[in-house]
Amino acid sequence: MGIDLSAIWAVIIFIGVFMYVVMDGFDLGIGMLYPFVPDRHERDVMMNTVAPVWDGNETWLVLGGAALFAAFPRAYAIVLSALYLPLIFMLLGLIFRGIAFEFRFKALDHERHIWDKAFIGGSLTAAFFQGVSLGAYVHGIAVVSTPAGPQYAGGALDWLQPFPIMCGLGVMVAYSLLGCTWLIFRTEGELQKRMLSTARPLALLLVLAIIAVSIWTPLADPDVAARWFTMPGMLWFVPVPVLVVVGVVLLLRSLAGDAPLHGPFLASLGLIFLGYTGLAISIWPNIVPPTISIWAAASPPASQGFTLVGTLVILPIILGYSCFSYYVFRGKVKLGEGYH
Amino acid sequence: MLGFTALDLARIQFGFTVSFHIIFPALSIGLASYLAVLELCWLRTKREVYRDLYHFWLKIFAVNFGIGVVSGIVLAYQFGTNWSFFSQFAGGITGPLLTYEVLTAFFLEAGFLGVMLFGWNRVGPALHCFASVMVAIGTLISTTWILASNSFMQTPQGYAIENGVLVPADWLEVIFNPSFPYRLLHMSVGAFLATAMVVAAVGAWHLLRKNDTPAVRTMFSMAMWMLLVTAPLQALLGDAHGINTLEHQPAKIAGVEGHWQNQGDEPLPLIVFAIPDMENETNHFQIAIPRMGSWILTHTWGGQIKGLKDFPKEDRPNATIIFFTFRAMVGLGMAMIALALWAAWQRRRHAMYSSPWLLRVTTVMGPAGLIAILAGWYTTEIGRQPWVVYGLLRTKDAVSAHAVGTLALSLGLFILVYAFVFGVAITYIFRLMRSGPARFDPGHAATGGPGQAHTPSRPLSAAPDQISTNGSAQ
Repeated sequence: MGIDLSAIWAVIIFIGVFMYVVMDGFDLGIGMLYPFVPDRHERDVMMNTVAPVWDGNETWLVLGGAALFAAFPRAYAIVLSALYLPLIFMLLGLIFRGIAFEFRFKALDHERHIWDKAFIGGSLTAAFFQGVSLGAYVHGIAVVSTPAGPQYAGGALDWLQPFPIMCGLGVMVAYSLLGCTWLIFRTEGELQKRMLSTARPLALLLVLAIIAVSIWTPLADPDVAARWFTMPGMLWFVPVPVLVVVGVVLLLRSLAGDAPLHGPFLASLGLIFLGYTGLAISIWPNIVPPTISIWAAASPPASQGFTLVGTLVILPIILGYSCFSYYVFRGKVKLGEGYH
Repeated sequence: MLGFTALDLARIQFGFTVSFHIIFPALSIGLASYLAVLELCWLRTKREVYRDLYHFWLKIFAVNFGIGVVSGIVLAYQFGTNWSFFSQFAGGITGPLLTYEVLTAFFLEAGFLGVMLFGWNRVGPALHCFASVMVAIGTLISTTWILASNSFMQTPQGYAIENGVLVPADWLEVIFNPSFPYRLLHMSVGAFLATAMVVAAVGAWHLLRKNDTPAVRTMFSMAMWMLLVTAPLQALLGDAHGINTLEHQPAKIAGVEGHWQNQGDEPLPLIVFAIPDMENETNHFQIAIPRMGSWILTHTWGGQIKGLKDFPKEDRPNATIIFFTFRAMVGLGMAMIALALWAAWQRRRHAMYSSPWLLRVTTVMGPAGLIAILAGWYTTEIGRQPWVVYGLLRTKDAVSAHAVGTLALSLGLFILVYAFVFGVAITYIFRLMRSGPARFDPGHAATGGPGQAHTPSRPLSAAPDQISTNGSAQ
């Protein structure tokens, strides 16, 4: 059989992580925008805009972890050990955020400020350490081989370096932009105006972050430079930076329009997708950069195949359901109906 | 740090997070089935108490399910963050089993759970009931995958070892390994028993407070019937599970019994109390009943089992701990059987709803089933030591190489965050329980699903937003 199960699984996990970013990015962003909107009723509105759609995000994260465990146990073991502290901080941030989200509505009036703070703190922590983890991962993970198999060779604080920190800030900016453009799409009046004036500087910051990562990674890693700047691969990848420029132009133009709707949000999502794809191109086919490929980290074909059967049956149903949910939800918006 | 090694801290952290987690899924399993039964009763009899009880427990189920999901995220990552050599070694087998569990849970959340929580006014009664039944079945399927994975680690089969890692040779053998059926039944019935105990306690508390409504009586009565069936059944299943463990993991049973060595042909005593001393290979303060040990373990009056001294020192589990966790589980089990019989006797005397002592004891014993589940898990997991995959991989060879300081920091943070976050959640569940079953008003059914404020994957939002401190839901 010529089916490359490892490649299929790499694509599934790639999509799964992006699904997580799509589902969870903008509501983490809204958490980070909270400090700039002190009014309680405006905060209610902000949270209500995501209430119907933020669902499922944590299960996507659990599914991502489990799928990595099943399909690439070696990568799961090494990467998660290497990123121990940032991942633990991220998980704790998410626990806080998830609970705060729910209990803010259930809290008595004098308790609500506690959950506002938990929501802000959890969102900030989760977003920053997701970015730090991503940065440390892309930057490369030191591996040493031992009799029991390859093992993480670095220390507990290896992620505490300029590049991962910059990525942490970059992801915070990206999620804030998503949250901001989402609110432009979902709200009106004062709140929308404030978000419109916030979106432009955030967009420029995101462009700066993308440029910084695009310059930094090829300089730091000759393999990444070779991937992007030698023929014939270069021809394939030229569209990525071109599309980024197109995305930025679209985003800025849609922000300048009279009645901005979903345009800025979709343009932001597009930009983030391109940045994410760019990183994947730089890393491919490694799953523990820069040394272990997806094939070297793969679980036995009997494991990957067994898991694939269930995933291929259930995942489309879940995706279809999510699309349906968004579709109906969008229809409501056109009718001008609120959710609460 | 305080004399703990990195391995100790990693084990404490895993034990802490998984102990916190297990309570919520165990209640979810039991409540899902209870809700399905309540709705079937409502459809058959159209008696309003069943509908009112359904909606009362549905809110508690929703919050409980939500907390289970949140506390579950950590577990999906801990195998990699803390047990990297285990993940590399066994990932080809446990990874797929856990992925199937997540897929099952995800599938449920995306579909049937939403209908169950928010669909009362949106779909027909039969379809709604179907959703409840599917959620109940789904929680049991999830349990099946988790127990398959855990049982494989206890009694592995159907594998090969290639390049130093486990490779699945036959998935059916992997899943249906020797201890799987016993473990699955013991855990599922344990979840039903623990839930019945919680339901009974809530009913008893309301009866004590003179909140003597037909709904409260019905739930108390149903829970006591359930207790009468599951408590003795659980004892039988536990016995069968123990015999199975004796066959496949004799060192665990020797540890649980505090049995060091056979004395000639002498039958085994049942050691009721002792403090097993692992250093000096002896028991202190031993109180024993002659011959009973042989009868319980081998179902003969003269049978013998291997003692701890028959195993090399480095292959023995810590008998000092599992001796007591096992007795805590069995003791609570016996207490629940006694309670069920007492309630049945009071029922015959028509005094079940009014006997203050029965109601008081039932209230106090509310968490007994959940504590028994924890004690049982400690017994089986600590009893598996020093192995993580029995006979194949030692726990000390499975752990990631983190420094003590790193682990102390993460463990401390987990304890802080869990204490706060789950403390609030549990307080909220208590508030819901205190509010008691009310007459259900269809006009105030939770709405949700696509396009609504509440969507299926936010089970917590099926519960009322504010509950005032005097206990009534607003």
